[in-house]
Amino acid sequence: MTTLAQAFATARDEGRAALIGYLPAGFPTVRDSARLMRAMVEEGVDIVEVGLPYSDPLMDGPVIQAAANQALEAGTTPRDVIAIAGEVAQTGAPAVVMSYWNPIERYGVDAFARELAAAGGSGVITPDLTPEESGDWTAATSAHDVDRIFLVAPSSTDERIGRVAAECSGFVYAASTMGVTGARTSVSNSAATLVARVRAATDLPVAVGLGVSTGDQAAEIAQYADGVIVGSAFIRLILEAASVDEAEQAVRALARELAEGVRRRSP
Amino acid sequence: MSSAKLESDVRGHYGPYGGRFVPEALTAALDELDAAFRAALVDPAFGAELDRLQRTYTGRPSPLTDAIRFGQEHCGGARVLLKREDLNHTGSHKINNVLGQALLTVRMGKKRVIAETGAGQHGVASATAAALMGLDCTVYMGEEDTRRQALNVVRMQLLGATVVPVTAGARTLKDAINEAMRDWVTTVDETHYILGTVTGPSPFPEMVRHFQSVIGHEAREQVLELTGRLPDAVAACVGGGSNAMGIFSGFIDDGEVALWGFEAGGDGVETGRHAARFAGGAPGVLHGARTYVMQDEWGQTVPSHSISAGLDYPGVGPEHAWLHDTGRAHYSPVNDAEAMSAFEALCRTEGIIPAIESAHALAGAMRLGRELGPDAMIVVNLSGRGDKDVATAARWFDLDDVDESAEGR
Repeated sequence: MTTLAQAFATARDEGRAALIGYLPAGFPTVRDSARLMRAMVEEGVDIVEVGLPYSDPLMDGPVIQAAANQALEAGTTPRDVIAIAGEVAQTGAPAVVMSYWNPIERYGVDAFARELAAAGGSGVITPDLTPEESGDWTAATSAHDVDRIFLVAPSSTDERIGRVAAECSGFVYAASTMGVTGARTSVSNSAATLVARVRAATDLPVAVGLGVSTGDQAAEIAQYADGVIVGSAFIRLILEAASVDEAEQAVRALARELAEGVRRRSP
Repeated sequence: MSSAKLESDVRGHYGPYGGRFVPEALTAALDELDAAFRAALVDPAFGAELDRLQRTYTGRPSPLTDAIRFGQEHCGGARVLLKREDLNHTGSHKINNVLGQALLTVRMGKKRVIAETGAGQHGVASATAAALMGLDCTVYMGEEDTRRQALNVVRMQLLGATVVPVTAGARTLKDAINEAMRDWVTTVDETHYILGTVTGPSPFPEMVRHFQSVIGHEAREQVLELTGRLPDAVAACVGGGSNAMGIFSGFIDDGEVALWGFEAGGDGVETGRHAARFAGGAPGVLHGARTYVMQDEWGQTVPSHSISAGLDYPGVGPEHAWLHDTGRAHYSPVNDAEAMSAFEALCRTEGIIPAIESAHALAGAMRLGRELGPDAMIVVNLSGRGDKDVATAARWFDLDDVDESAEGR
């Protein structure tokens, strides 16, 4: 099993950024989501972010909302999410779960961390949990050796970045822009500034998410960040595909393009 | 009084409830809002301006009306006093909070406000304050609610606001809040989110309660002046719970006054089609705060149901959750049919058409009065007027001379 630290170290040794691909578990179905995540890894995705579909995803734009709804209608439960994270981990790529807080609290904070670790999952990203509210979570993730990833945003003060980074392990998730998830034609240059501010506060790897959809954007972010996170662009391809086979081909093609992007040398 | 600590801590916790469960991007804005609110609290100029608007614009103080026939005929002879928030400008208690937050918006130098709305009363109040203070205003409203409350959609548009129908999820208040949060996280530099109730991340529950507490402070003074004693009970409907927190806050230190919140029982709690968070929910996190939430075994929010759009919400203010657990306040569901009976009763005995939300409190007062008997005195917060509900009531009571085309179904 590869840890997040190892995955980032490998990428760094190769002189590139790590590529992180996001898909909601259970989208389009429980079985097919695991297949699509494996396809991502085969084409060069280093770390898979396994989304836990939630009824009220207030940090997500319409694309991820649609996928989460489809996953919930397919009956996806947090147990499925943990199982899928385990399947992904068997490919050798670390799996991190991305979940809003209420499903974890409802599942049982300690049980969630324990069962995810037992399945082989590496960490959890919690977009609506800040360090101020995370006492039980810190204890549970530490006890079960699960990495704990919080977000920082362009609006975060330096003091808060320090505080958030001190609570993180694995990596720090830098939201590139003020807004919700979804592909954008350009990634705000506030991302580079934010990454520099995070680096001043921690030695942990810094990954940039929100709005990345093309190899060129990935290449640009890879110049200054340790990881590039892509979600909505994959999901849009799956939503538009006529069949799972077609979706898989499209996911593979985008993963290849992005993997090439994070390996591109500086101009 | 109860020995439990009812004030929130510095991070907005009420016991285990409240707090801030939000994307980090909103933390800076919530800190800014918190600082602006606390500075305004100690600034006499802010207090004076809010007081001036309340008197000359809203029409405060709102009267306390002795509902003599309603009490005698429907409440076991108990004396029922109505706190008339329905007589405020814009027709409900919502304006109290909105004027406070709109003044804060101006103080923070922001030019745009957004709001969510269920019944449309908060949206109308926000559009009103925005017009008054020259702010841009966008209101998010579930598509289902835009149909139920078509009159209020037109009112908001007349006032210059943009109304965005939300088509996600159940297309009601919960989904409108999600969409408003998404707007806010994107535009937070120039936009203030006027959250309409005592829910959401800190400092909203405390701040909205503060701006609504004028209801309770006036009511306490008025009831003492009118009757020479405190009431036996105070009754209010509870959706998010701002009108209830407003009136409760005037009596919370008077341990002998029972505080009663009536939530929407919909078709009946046993049917699953309701909005009774205390009777049918469990502690969880929704929209930025830990509180009682209607949720399934996996923590997914369960859609609520009520004839009243303003009570049709699967969460409740965190301070209510704490008042519930500490026993200082009691909460009980009132189903659609019971609320509509109370609605009709008030129309026929007092000549007042209440909002269907407020009719839940009236139904609660009917129960309390019959239980407590003719010596009892009950203050009911009549949080809004029923003009917006005329189409819903016409359908309920089979009044067939209504133009169906005017309300879209």
